Amino acid sequence: MAETIIELVNLTKKYRSFTAVDHINLRVEKGEIFGFLGPNGAGKSTTILMMLGLTEPTEGQAKVCGIDPARNPIEVKRKVGYLPEDVGFYDDRTGLENLVYTAMLNRISKAEAIEKAKILLQRVGLGDVNGKKTGEYSKGMRQRLGLADVLIKSPQVSILDEPTSGIDPQGVRAFLDLIVELRNEHGLTVLFSSHNLHQVEQVCDRVGIFVQGKICAVGTIPDLSRQLFGDTDHGLEDIYNSFFEKGGAQHE
Amino acid sequence: MNENLQKNFFKRRQTRNIEGEDPSIGSKENKVMHPFWVMVSKEISDQVRSWRFIIMAALIALTCLGSLYTALAQFSKHSGSAEDAFFFLNLFTLSDGTLPPFTVFISFLGPLLGISLGFDAINSEQNRGTLSRLLSQPIYRDYVINSKFVADLIVISTLFVALGLLVLGSGLIALGIPPTADELARLISFILISIIYVAFWLNLSILFSVAFHQAATSALSGIAIWLFFSIFYNIIVDLLAKAIAPKGMLTEGQIVEFQNFVLGLMRFNPSQLFSEATITLLMPSVRSLGALTMQQLEGALPTPLPIGQSLLMVWPQVTGLIAGSILLFGLGYYLFMRREIRPR
Repeated sequence: MAETIIELVNLTKKYRSFTAVDHINLRVEKGEIFGFLGPNGAGKSTTILMMLGLTEPTEGQAKVCGIDPARNPIEVKRKVGYLPEDVGFYDDRTGLENLVYTAMLNRISKAEAIEKAKILLQRVGLGDVNGKKTGEYSKGMRQRLGLADVLIKSPQVSILDEPTSGIDPQGVRAFLDLIVELRNEHGLTVLFSSHNLHQVEQVCDRVGIFVQGKICAVGTIPDLSRQLFGDTDHGLEDIYNSFFEKGGAQHE
Repeated sequence: MNENLQKNFFKRRQTRNIEGEDPSIGSKENKVMHPFWVMVSKEISDQVRSWRFIIMAALIALTCLGSLYTALAQFSKHSGSAEDAFFFLNLFTLSDGTLPPFTVFISFLGPLLGISLGFDAINSEQNRGTLSRLLSQPIYRDYVINSKFVADLIVISTLFVALGLLVLGSGLIALGIPPTADELARLISFILISIIYVAFWLNLSILFSVAFHQAATSALSGIAIWLFFSIFYNIIVDLLAKAIAPKGMLTEGQIVEFQNFVLGLMRFNPSQLFSEATITLLMPSVRSLGALTMQQLEGALPTPLPIGQSLLMVWPQVTGLIAGSILLFGLGYYLFMRREIRPR
């Protein structure tokens, strides 16, 4: 049995009367690629922020790598890489300089940071543009630089929020392959949040579907298909849609 | 080629430290810097490279040059006064009326420098989407605002110390008379107070950069307050003073009391505090900042004050400026720490 690396117990976040995240329970194992699915405002990003200790839960607890991010956010952030949705860089610096800065914030010496950053830039396919300022990067290039930025601190867990938006189809392919590769090489755990069901289906071992602050379903795609339809022939799209037809009907 | 490197880059740093036999160990490049100073040095290089800083520095350097030139021209007219004590300090305060002296320029342009350095400190990070990325690194949240303040303070200090020493140096060359120890101490205090004064405005603009999401709003608010204090505030106080001025036969005591009341109102203006402090320091003959009765003046010798006494006299002004800075910074800090940082 693989070890649990992320554990959420009754995690809740309330903003005045609005409940963004409602008593979520979840376990993610080490080395897993876990997909977060759900419409906008379903609580995916808030859950991620609580896992990083960037916002405090109203109730419940998160444990990442065995550490409580609400109490010890620095330790968690040392081990977790986070790629925010629509990531920003210092536009007047090159990609290399941006990466070296992140590395040095993680207490890596300058010489080592430069060495690591060059390798990572090669790896995400930005090796030949490292003299270019990030202000001139396209959206796809920024996302790839964002992945390199997450990886430069050698994290145990990477949280990627909508990482593939704005990348061309071929780029997406390479991006997803890279994620799977890294997982296979280093046992990296990946939380992958996306609206793109096809991509999630391609890479994720398990998925969790968020509806209005709750996780309605967790499991592998064949498992979910069996639960819902009694067979394993249905894809993620059918599963996802069935939740929203059901969810919609409940609330009408 | 670097297949091996590629495989190994994921190894944690510790393994490297245990090896310990890296030939370049101990070199500067290989030293691990504290994240706070990494941030400070990045902020400094951002500021120094930015156009607004270059423009502001050039503007201040030019006015400094201009006022130095007029001061030196005045010196040649008053060449007989070389025996005066504190001859050298005239360099900063002398003017022929066409161009104001250096201290006046600093009290006018210093706030603009402070505002231009700080007005987009926090909100630009938020708008560029770098803030959430930065905060997902293992650093404390207050490093962001503290490192910006420290970096800007270092930039301001460097600029002012350099300018002050340049004026001193060119004065030495042009006049051929070295400053006395007392004069030097007064100059250093003047530079320190200028830095505190600019830091006050810097903190105001950092506060606005936390409070307002748009950099333009924060810049305009800062400039509005600066204009209010440098132009309108004195007019308003004058109007008020005229309206409430006591009429009829008055004793000397009543007049002095009224004068001091008006002065008290004026002192809510930071630039008033700054100019009182600089005038006292750079003109040792200034013995009092408020109005005095004849009684109080009785027996006073019209000699310049020693530096200790001058410093004692401006201590309330300096304390006021420092307290204002701390208050503004504290408020900005509080707002920033309480905010929930979401990705753009």
